Amino acid sequence: MHVVGAITTSVPGAGSEPDLVELVKSAKVVPLRAAAPLAATEEPEPPLLYAPRRKIYPQSVQGTYRRIKWIVLAVTLAIYYLLPFVRWDRGQYAPNQAVLIDFPSRRFYFFFIEIWPQEVYYLTGLLILAAVTLFLMNAVAGRVWCGYLCPQTVWTDLFCAVERLVEGDRRQHMRRDAGPWTAEKVARKGAKHFFWLMIAWWTGGAWVLYFADAPTLVMELATGRAPLIAYAWIGILTGTTYFLAGHMREQVCTYMCPWPRIQAALTDEHALNVTYRHDRGEPRGSIKKNEQARAKGERAGDCIDCLQCVHVCPTGVDIRNGLQLDCIQCGLCIDACDAIMRKIGRPTRLIGYDTDVNIERRQAGKPEVFRIVRTRTVLYSGILAAVGAIMIYALATRSTLGISVIHDRNPVYVRLADGGIRNAYTVRVLNKWRDTHFFTLTVEGVPEPDAGLEVVGDSTGMVGRPVIEVGPDQTREVRALVTLHRLSYQDSLPIAFRIVEPESGAQASAADHFRAPH
Amino acid sequence: MATDPHPQIDAITGTPTTGHEWDGLRELNTPLPRWWLWIFYATIIWAIGYWIVYPSWPLVSSYTSGLFGWKSRQAIVEDLAALKAQRAGMTDRIAAASLDQIVADPAMLAFARAQGRAAFADNCAPCHGSGGGGAKGYPNLNDDEWLWGGKLADLELTIRHGIRSTDDKTRVGSMPAFGRDNMLPRADIVAAADFTRSLAGLPAAPDADLGRGRRVFAENCAACHGDDGKGKRELGAPDLTDAIWLYGSDRRAIVEGLWNGRGGVMPAFAGRLDDTTIKALAVYVHTFGGGEK
Repeated sequence: MHVVGAITTSVPGAGSEPDLVELVKSAKVVPLRAAAPLAATEEPEPPLLYAPRRKIYPQSVQGTYRRIKWIVLAVTLAIYYLLPFVRWDRGQYAPNQAVLIDFPSRRFYFFFIEIWPQEVYYLTGLLILAAVTLFLMNAVAGRVWCGYLCPQTVWTDLFCAVERLVEGDRRQHMRRDAGPWTAEKVARKGAKHFFWLMIAWWTGGAWVLYFADAPTLVMELATGRAPLIAYAWIGILTGTTYFLAGHMREQVCTYMCPWPRIQAALTDEHALNVTYRHDRGEPRGSIKKNEQARAKGERAGDCIDCLQCVHVCPTGVDIRNGLQLDCIQCGLCIDACDAIMRKIGRPTRLIGYDTDVNIERRQAGKPEVFRIVRTRTVLYSGILAAVGAIMIYALATRSTLGISVIHDRNPVYVRLADGGIRNAYTVRVLNKWRDTHFFTLTVEGVPEPDAGLEVVGDSTGMVGRPVIEVGPDQTREVRALVTLHRLSYQDSLPIAFRIVEPESGAQASAADHFRAPH
Repeated sequence: MATDPHPQIDAITGTPTTGHEWDGLRELNTPLPRWWLWIFYATIIWAIGYWIVYPSWPLVSSYTSGLFGWKSRQAIVEDLAALKAQRAGMTDRIAAASLDQIVADPAMLAFARAQGRAAFADNCAPCHGSGGGGAKGYPNLNDDEWLWGGKLADLELTIRHGIRSTDDKTRVGSMPAFGRDNMLPRADIVAAADFTRSLAGLPAAPDADLGRGRRVFAENCAACHGDDGKGKRELGAPDLTDAIWLYGSDRRAIVEGLWNGRGGVMPAFAGRLDDTTIKALAVYVHTFGGGEK
């Protein structure tokens, strides 16, 4: 396998060296290892510091992968634009939007899940799942994310489609760009940018709907009564979408995104990648030349050098140079090549999802192997299952009340006039119910049954069993005091605070310590 | 990393290499995209604009003040005013309420405790400790012994006017220097110290003369500390029978107090802190746990 990119590597795997050399020779370039230092007399031209961008005119294409990409595009955009309007009944005291990030109330709603700020570790779990899913996708079929699912790819694809609709397909577009500025050219360019800005504007518009009640906000936006922050974010998202999908396009993938680099380090010889089967394609040549060679019984490749694979590529790479950093593996070159192969009566999938191992095996006359179950895929799946299980367990056993305790740091303990020792704690009680509840606080693990437990400011509870009132969907912090008199303890005694909601019997506890002088 | 002084042309891409090599991998000297250069220029232009609009360059005795005269000091003043306005509702309620009303209302109590915590850290913590834990000579505010009383009103009075302070209404009381001022002979002082320890149930030294100590105590100490040693709050005279000792309970510390006298000073905060802050401090200290009803 070899990888070409901003940092070029030439990594011949064990046993694949002759193939690489053959490939490189057939591509009419000199292998890197043979490159001798240039003699002093032929100093190279000083390298360019800055290069202008090469404009890419991706040609339209039909085929299996194009169809998959259209479907993915439609589904992902539909989810993005319509999800804020999906309703989910949570009773009268909570918003009924299925997915809502409620910053003022500090809540995140996702269908049946409601995340409080202190439960942000669920986000950590989600990020772990997302990262490992990316690794798994990569181990199975390369940059599936980049080629089909990444927002940059989806929106760029949409913008390219609009561009082709307004300015024509590759040839027409190139010819017009090279030609003089006519009224028609100005009109077409203007129309294109107008449509792009409209799409970008809708993208920003949908974004803000995730942060407020969508139907209300739409009405406010339409009547000009929405908060300034909403307009500001629509403006920002309009700008980023317009520039990233309309103007930056493949530059985002090539220069800005770290994933191609990470992916290059994670891939292996069994991963399915969009591959030019050079064992079948080389030596390339015109149809006629190759047919003549075949007639003479000489070796001739299937590649007729038509460059269709290059013309349809949204990042402008030549897949025949092998797996490379700029290639997002969208599979459009597969569709383009298949169309040509059908026309010239050769088998399709000269370019296809394939592995480095299979190229070697075919060359050695061995059957192809596809090993989806490998150490890394098993490992990634295992991690996914474990993290997923932990998260589901945590979600399922999540309680509707909570307690957290902090021991006073200064003073750690207080000696009272009668010789008793008192410890003070800050107790925070969480009430996730939608109405006011009363919680009984008790302390456990103290050896004195008459252990004085009191809550500062509490006038409702019984002695030793203070009652704490917490409003709907709120937390309340109280100061709790524990006093002990028989000081036979060493300097630390493990204790626990427990709150009980008497109506439902729901309870929660938090562990801490009682500290006494040595 | 090895550095090759002779840059090569990479065979596959046709791009020159930088001459850096890692285990046979050579780094390509790929040119930066031109749009990156434009962004770089744009940041330079932005910086120049920033110099013009905001204060930036130091001059000999001043600085360039910027087009609109923006000042960070002014911004802080505005922020503080906005904060004060935002808190005005609760501040006004606390100003109008009595201390007992504040403690009885959960919302006012929470607000006063938060305000008190901040004011305590700024004004009280240097002597009393960040949690009011006290130190030798500086009372622990968490316990249940109070030299001058532990009710909300007592605390407020102490904070407002101080103890042995320069304030007209300050709390005053004095422990005489019996030894230094030649009021009692050394043997009487040691005997009184031993007797004082016995009041709190602390073990007596082998050479203690408790009878003499009782007599000395009755004649010299009981006037302020009471016949039974339980103290008198109106004079700030501590209870000598309990487990709390401001300067320590060992014989040496008590003899030292009798010899040199004691008289810690707490400054008056009236005039230094506003009324609501003093109220909040009283509530905060009261809720440490030792506050009396």
